[in-house]
Amino acid sequence: MATLTPTLTVKQPKRRGGGTGDIPHYPGGGGGGGRGDESPDYGERLRRCRLGLAVGIAPIVMLFVAFSSAYLVRQGLASWDLRTNSYINDWAPVRLPVLLLVINTCFLLISSVTMEFARRQAARLAALAPVTAMPGIADDEPSGFPWLGLTVVLGLAFLVGQVLAWRQMEAHGFFLSSNPSSSFFYLLTGMHALHLLGGVVALLYASVTFWMNRPPESRHIVIDVTAWYWHFMALLWLYIFALLEIAH
Amino acid sequence: MTQSQGPAGAAPATVHGHAPTGFIRKYIFSLDHKVIGIQYYFLALSAVCVGMILSLAMRIHMVWPDASIPFFGAIKPEQYLTLMTMHGTIMVFFVLTTAPQSGFGNYFLPIQIGAPDMAFPTLNMLSFWTTFLSFAVMISAFFVAGGAPLSGWTNYPTLSAIPLAGPGEGLGEDLWLISIALFCVASMMGALNFITTTLDLRAKGMTLMRMPLTCWSWFITAILGLLAFGVLLAGGILLLMDRNLGTSFFVPGGLVVSGVPVQHSGGSPLLWQHLFWFFGHPEVYIAILPGMGVASQLLSTFSRKPIFGYKAMVYAMMSIGILGFMVWGHHMFMSGMSPYSAFAFSFMTMAIGVPSAIKTFNWLGTMWKGKIRFTVPMLFAIGFVSLFVSGGLSGPFLAQPAIDIPLHDTYFVVAHFHLIMGVAAIFGIFAATYYWFPKMYGRMMNDTLGKIHFVITFIGAYCIFMPMHYLGMAGNPRRYSQFTEVKYLAPLLPIHKFITYAAIITVSAQLIFLFNFFWSMKKGKKAAQNPWEATTLEWTTATPPPHDNFGGVTPVVYHGPYEYSVPGADKDYIMQTDPAPVPAH
Amino acid sequence: MGLALLLIIWLITFFSSYFFVAHAWWPHAISASAPYIDHQWHLTFVAMGVIFIMAQVTLGLFVWRFRDRGDTAKASYSHGNNKLELTWTVLTAVLFLGLNAIGSPIWAAERFQPADQGAMKVEVTGLQFAWYFRYTGADNKFGSTRPELEDASLGGLSALGVDPNDPTSKDDVVSGILELPVNTEIDLTLRSQDVIHSFFVPAMRFKQDAVPGLMIHMHFRPEQTGDYEIACAELCGLGHYKMHGIMRVVSEQDFQKWLAAREADKQ
Repeated sequence: MATLTPTLTVKQPKRRGGGTGDIPHYPGGGGGGGRGDESPDYGERLRRCRLGLAVGIAPIVMLFVAFSSAYLVRQGLASWDLRTNSYINDWAPVRLPVLLLVINTCFLLISSVTMEFARRQAARLAALAPVTAMPGIADDEPSGFPWLGLTVVLGLAFLVGQVLAWRQMEAHGFFLSSNPSSSFFYLLTGMHALHLLGGVVALLYASVTFWMNRPPESRHIVIDVTAWYWHFMALLWLYIFALLEIAH
Repeated sequence: MTQSQGPAGAAPATVHGHAPTGFIRKYIFSLDHKVIGIQYYFLALSAVCVGMILSLAMRIHMVWPDASIPFFGAIKPEQYLTLMTMHGTIMVFFVLTTAPQSGFGNYFLPIQIGAPDMAFPTLNMLSFWTTFLSFAVMISAFFVAGGAPLSGWTNYPTLSAIPLAGPGEGLGEDLWLISIALFCVASMMGALNFITTTLDLRAKGMTLMRMPLTCWSWFITAILGLLAFGVLLAGGILLLMDRNLGTSFFVPGGLVVSGVPVQHSGGSPLLWQHLFWFFGHPEVYIAILPGMGVASQLLSTFSRKPIFGYKAMVYAMMSIGILGFMVWGHHMFMSGMSPYSAFAFSFMTMAIGVPSAIKTFNWLGTMWKGKIRFTVPMLFAIGFVSLFVSGGLSGPFLAQPAIDIPLHDTYFVVAHFHLIMGVAAIFGIFAATYYWFPKMYGRMMNDTLGKIHFVITFIGAYCIFMPMHYLGMAGNPRRYSQFTEVKYLAPLLPIHKFITYAAIITVSAQLIFLFNFFWSMKKGKKAAQNPWEATTLEWTTATPPPHDNFGGVTPVVYHGPYEYSVPGADKDYIMQTDPAPVPAH
Repeated sequence: MGLALLLIIWLITFFSSYFFVAHAWWPHAISASAPYIDHQWHLTFVAMGVIFIMAQVTLGLFVWRFRDRGDTAKASYSHGNNKLELTWTVLTAVLFLGLNAIGSPIWAAERFQPADQGAMKVEVTGLQFAWYFRYTGADNKFGSTRPELEDASLGGLSALGVDPNDPTSKDDVVSGILELPVNTEIDLTLRSQDVIHSFFVPAMRFKQDAVPGLMIHMHFRPEQTGDYEIACAELCGLGHYKMHGIMRVVSEQDFQKWLAAREADKQ
């Protein structure tokens, strides 16, 4: 979407508490400064936040790389057993609740689709903001389909589904400490769920900003960044599922 | 609010940001990178005082095991090990990872690249307070039942995994792990900020290859931190799970500790070592790279000469960063790891000596035919080079596994890492403090006190750590609380006594620095805007810099940072913002 | 100040170097592999020593020679010299990687190959805070051990939890002293009952971690008789500083006599 050229003079729409600290205070890098005047530097802010997210995904990747290598090493590990006077490997593959996990995966992938629609919707609203602010001009789609809300619902459905999956594992006798393979199952899915929950919180915050009449540009940035994070979480889940299924 | 419009995408000519009012927003939960930098610095200053006192208690106990030490009383062997563990942990994390990077980097990275603040000021504030919380949790370990852990800063299982294996390995160990986990999260957030800032907020004309080497060092250090801390966090989580949730990642079966059979089975202590050192080796480069950046900056400024081989310095730091991720196994030659992998790690470790050597040659080359001014920051920069050479040259011994066999886990290793981290990196912090104090506080630190501080610390540090090489050669193992039992150590006791006396004197001399620092804040000679006649952007702005760093006028940069003694120029330095032409190079 | 710095740096260099060479720090070595390790040490030491002295002397010289003399002349303006960079980079790489290449066969000889066929087996067990040594006896096999049988207060076979019901443990001998026959290849098996320890014998230039969960095979060959101290070289808890032992190397006949006496003691 086009970034607004600085020569456009617009009457600023009414903003309540525009720009103070809901989004991390950006250092007025644009000509407009951090309070209220956001039009010329909104594109810069978006780019900066996207860059920050891209950078921020790297340590999360490293966390899961570390867990993955621990997983593979532990799987192949032979430890001296005094009973048999030999090295033995105590890895016993767990039976995953595959159907349930596949359903959860579908929820997550669909939520990625709805997330993407939400992202584009927010971008459109942000781009149109100066126009729709003009008196007499109305957006013919004032609120639009609640893609964001749907994403939150699907995300929560995924998390609930994960909890059900854990319950099912426990019902089959696989607890956290039963066996190294079950330890890793809970660890990997739990860590992923924790990070996804963070994403859900961010989406809820974005929803709240809509109702608090924050400027659409700021909303778009929050939703955009969260959307990329969300897609990454979906990819991460696919990877974890594959790792647990294939390399067990 | 009017704004000067430049073409879309160019740095704007005016900057607005309302300075915060009120004590809480201004000094406690400030979003200003300068305040946050100082907050980190004071955190590190508190930590280093604690760490130094711990080391003094250690040194005194080692040579007089039965003595009662003021404040500590008579120290039992397990308490010694607790002091040692916390000394290492506090120094590595809360001093060496904090002051050079989060302290000075936070304050000066934005200014040196011409930015009004970090990319994400709120995240910055959160990073500091998470670090603060981490420190509080770490210190709290001293005060819980059982006390702080005794498993060393390296925290190897199974000693760290089984509460019965030693006093302090109960709640104290869990608190240690939680503290470190918090520190990992804070560091990852900080690294994110540094990288985004460096990539996205440079002023017009400030290309990457015109950045001061300090900025390069902070940037590369941030990348190392970004990638390494996640692995430590993973290891910490796995160890917490082994200790509290009954898993067996690191603990094998068949163990009996203090007569009690251990319930875990199937895990490997070596898995922790791999995870820990995959982080731990980049960590030591995180500790030294900012010091290298500062040394380059100061050697150039106070020799009145451009840095010798700017591009080589940048590539050397990048190589150190990349290779730093490939050498972790050199901490594990004796661990039971495959001897074939030792072969590979040894090769990479020797290789990493090459960029380090290049940097040393270039520092010497910078001083060659220079016009050296012996300011206190310059003294510490020169000291840095000397100490880095001394500490670095013991590396190639340890890097060769055959030679590592007799030297591993002896005082030879202690000498090696202390000379580099415990002195050279510290000299980097001192140098940066004396150098940037005028910009931060508007006053000069006292010159005479600074020189005395330098001479005593420089000589004292050598007296402490050089003899440790001899002890290592003689087979003196490390982490011993006293030397009364192993007989072949008895003749070495006089050397330990010498080291202890040197330590007492050197640590006491740091009081001179502390006094100088706090006294000069109020009573120091008022500083000019650019007292050192230096060229980088922080010296173009007011002292102390205003809230948005440049008073509403974003700087424009015309050339690199080390244009000293340009032939034909009227002064012997040309600021980066000065459009005067410089010779092409 | 420049002169003072030069003197300080040069004096530190002089005294450090002096003490490195003026005293024989290394313990007397008695193992077959020690000469190779010591030779590699000396090679590295000379190389690093020369660099150390040259670098520090140069640093001291430069800070004095290129001090600001208060005149109006400017410093020399130079951004570097690529040819020089390349030269010292290549030289450093050759030196460091060369040292590595020379030292690698020594490591390989030490660690890549197992013990000789006829080597004498000794099991070394570390526990908080003592070393125990077990000999196989005539059947050349170690009896099995059970963690639940471990009782350090009873010492000997009980400390290791040796299973008395295993027929191969009948002739096992456990000692708190590592008694060894001279000029014999020893096949060590290193184990730990609790935490990581490290079996360090300075006189043998030998060190290896004893890791719980692993049975690590190493070998060495003592070539002189005498008593040599063993120290623990991996932090293992509060008693780490006093977890030491003695390796006693005796003649072959003395060793057989000693072993027989220990077997007899068991009856």
